[in-house]
Amino acid sequence: MRIGDFKANYVADEAVFKTPTVRFWMGILFAALLIFPFVAGNYWLYMANLVGVAIVAAVGLNILTGFAGQISLGHAAFVGIGAYTAAILTTRLEVPFFLCLPLSGLSAAVFGLIVGGPSMRMKGLYLCIATLAAQVIFEFIFVHWESMTGGIRGINLPAPSVLGISLDNEFKFYFVTLAVVVICVTATRNIFRSRVGRAFIAIRDRDISAELMGINLFHYKMYAFGISSFMAGVAGCLWVNFLRTVTPEHFPLIESIRYLAMIIVGGLGSVLGAIFGAIFMTLVPEILKNTLGLLVDAFPQAMGYLFPLQQIVFGLLIVVFLVFEPHGLAEMWRRLKDYFRLWPFEY
Amino acid sequence: MDIFLQLLVSGFAVGGVYALIALGFVLIYKATSIINFATGEFMMIGAYFFYSFMIYMGLPAIPAFIGVMACAALLGFMVERLVLRHMLGQPTISIVMVTIGLSSILMGIAEMVWGSDFRSFPAIVPRAPLIIGEIVVRSNLFYGFVLAVAVVIVFALLFKYAKVGIAMRATAADQSASFSMGINVKAMFTLSWAFGAVAATLGGIIIGNIGGVHPTLGHIGLKIFPVVILGGLDSIGGAVLAGFIMGIIENLAGGYLDPYFHGGVKDVAPFVVLVLILLIKPYGLFGKQEIERL
Amino acid sequence: MSLLAVKKLSLSFRGLQVLSDVSFEVVPGEVFAIIGPNGAGKTSILNSISGFYHPDEGQIFFEDQDITHMAAHRRAALGIGRTFQNIALYRGMSALDNIKLGAHSHLKTGLLASLCYWGPAHREEMALRRKVEEDIIDFLEIEAIRKLPVGSLAYGLQKRVELGRALAMRPKILLMDEPVTGMNAEETEDMARFILDINEEHNMTIVLIEHDMKVIMDISDRVLVLNFGQKLAEGKPEDVQQHPQVIKAYLGEKKARNGHIPSAAR
Repeated sequence: MRIGDFKANYVADEAVFKTPTVRFWMGILFAALLIFPFVAGNYWLYMANLVGVAIVAAVGLNILTGFAGQISLGHAAFVGIGAYTAAILTTRLEVPFFLCLPLSGLSAAVFGLIVGGPSMRMKGLYLCIATLAAQVIFEFIFVHWESMTGGIRGINLPAPSVLGISLDNEFKFYFVTLAVVVICVTATRNIFRSRVGRAFIAIRDRDISAELMGINLFHYKMYAFGISSFMAGVAGCLWVNFLRTVTPEHFPLIESIRYLAMIIVGGLGSVLGAIFGAIFMTLVPEILKNTLGLLVDAFPQAMGYLFPLQQIVFGLLIVVFLVFEPHGLAEMWRRLKDYFRLWPFEY
Repeated sequence: MDIFLQLLVSGFAVGGVYALIALGFVLIYKATSIINFATGEFMMIGAYFFYSFMIYMGLPAIPAFIGVMACAALLGFMVERLVLRHMLGQPTISIVMVTIGLSSILMGIAEMVWGSDFRSFPAIVPRAPLIIGEIVVRSNLFYGFVLAVAVVIVFALLFKYAKVGIAMRATAADQSASFSMGINVKAMFTLSWAFGAVAATLGGIIIGNIGGVHPTLGHIGLKIFPVVILGGLDSIGGAVLAGFIMGIIENLAGGYLDPYFHGGVKDVAPFVVLVLILLIKPYGLFGKQEIERL
Repeated sequence: MSLLAVKKLSLSFRGLQVLSDVSFEVVPGEVFAIIGPNGAGKTSILNSISGFYHPDEGQIFFEDQDITHMAAHRRAALGIGRTFQNIALYRGMSALDNIKLGAHSHLKTGLLASLCYWGPAHREEMALRRKVEEDIIDFLEIEAIRKLPVGSLAYGLQKRVELGRALAMRPKILLMDEPVTGMNAEETEDMARFILDINEEHNMTIVLIEHDMKVIMDISDRVLVLNFGQKLAEGKPEDVQQHPQVIKAYLGEKKARNGHIPSAAR
């Protein structure tokens, strides 16, 4: 049993995985993630890929909204920009997949800064509303700039390939998704070990005092917005290469709201929370669907209620978490760990 | 020229409805600093209630109308009491998301109860369109406009002269001072929600009367954001004026630009205007920049 | 030869005159106090110096450089530190991270370096950690609470963490807004000792606002008295205390004849 946690130097004290126990469990987790594709069926691999895309997008959104306190209602639009950038680069210029990933991110970040820039000088709700406008305007562009985006029919892509291997099924793509998720999560965790991350949190908690402490609010809000849209763009690139098609219907306002719901339910301002939230909010609609599927024999019209039921559950999750567990799943996880840390001798 | 006038007049008529909805939105924002993303869904639910009162219960238009207003007030009251009161002092993101969550719940419930088909109201106003010179205004739009303007005037008088209205304005101006003057601040919060819901619902009935009711009718509520940003988030007069301006802008933009973009301009134009306002005059036409203290 | 010079400063909000024509200079190494009744404009002066308020008229010089129109974050980098009247710590961070944040202007890690962390960012963070631990946390005697979230700390400790954050800015001048207000006798004494230590050992110039006259008399070298946004008097504490205008402002017309400022005028 662990009785305490003592460090002999600052390097050890600032490590992310502080104790041997934590490192042990992280090792187990990685092993499990690597074994998973060999034991899971296609449906679960398909879900795993979708969850991975959602994690990248949600972690990115949490940097902007959870850590830096700036609300974005246009995250899906930036995922969309990444997706369209990747689709256009692949189909027209035959840019290889691994180059598409960062380029899609860059493209989303550039558009994000153009839209977000003006509202960064103001506080709170203005960015929220400006990003809402971005969402609506980009949706319009996706549909109406037909020569570029293919209009409502969208664009179809060939299967991407890395090092000559064609990633043409869920199994092969899983490893790409996993790698991108690991890189994005690690990079995000790193931000919050240095002055950049501290500045983000300071801006969220008290922007005025942050400025008087020497933080250039405008620059750092732009950083947060840029990095967040970059990750959205990367997520979009993964998405489009996995599904191999992109249409405007994939990135409506409700999708932006779904990303926000992920970080709320998972835990605002927590990298782990964004991961939990992405998993949870991707799986819940599926669970509902499968549950209703079981009822079809007894109530033949049950499936007709699926969509409204998903909407109600979605709304309820947001409201219930905000009212009863504002720190989300990450906080519940922390309490669970605390409980087991001393288990079975909790007193 | 005729087309221009035609677009201008119908834009003006639509603008009246926007003004009404924006009024309800600003009412809630001024009193409680809450941005209500469920405004559109309040409209949608109100329209369905009106439909149900008339079709299922067979009520004539006027009693149905009064019934809906009572239900809307109750809805606003419950939402404030059951959900938003728990959110006092929470960060903006939480409050924004809670109203978004509510809107999703309301949409889901509406589809469960009324299904996803379009429902049209029975005829409640004369069908003959209004003709001014060469301009034709659809009767639904015209009567809707009249109703919207009437309600806006009633609200304005209420705020200017009624005791309740003055108390609500006082609460909006300074919560702690109002509290010490014996105003029940929490009751004013609830009341603002009730009033806001009534205004939204009336807007919903007017819109529903023009184009039918559907669970996604609330999406029109998103257009409030360009309106209130143009008017200034905390200005009731600004919201009303901006409602008219935005109605005209979107109609003109739609009328003249749709051919070039294959439709849809009407829905995106207000948001383009919004971005321009943020660039040029971020606190809107009448909004105030807050003075902050340390 | 002054470190900070405020010249004919005027400030108003929507017609309300907050400061009118206030001038004063602060010389290196002194403890300069600003006193005056509530609403006299004391905090507005500090806010103008740190760049949060923008004066209508007048100029502010720091080390003979005109900073009147300089952005607030650049003033912090020049060496103007600050603590706040109502504690303005970042509640989402630990005491340690709050203090580290103060060093922001002295660090170089950019966005890209922070993304990969290992290498320069890591080295910089470790050096910072050592400096913060050894120079600030040790000095302020807050080892035990440094990893706790600041929201959970007692008021007096929060004030101390805030001082730590200001020290991490390594300022040339430290603006302190009511450092001991709301503290009990023991906490007040500790804080006064810290202020004197900072001033004497690190030779840091300090401008402070305070209502506690005992503390003012004990630690300040010179005092500026404000009333309704105007300068009433300036000078050594004991001289200011006897100034008839000052006594009038604090005690009103009638009592002015027989008395001076009580030791804890509020």
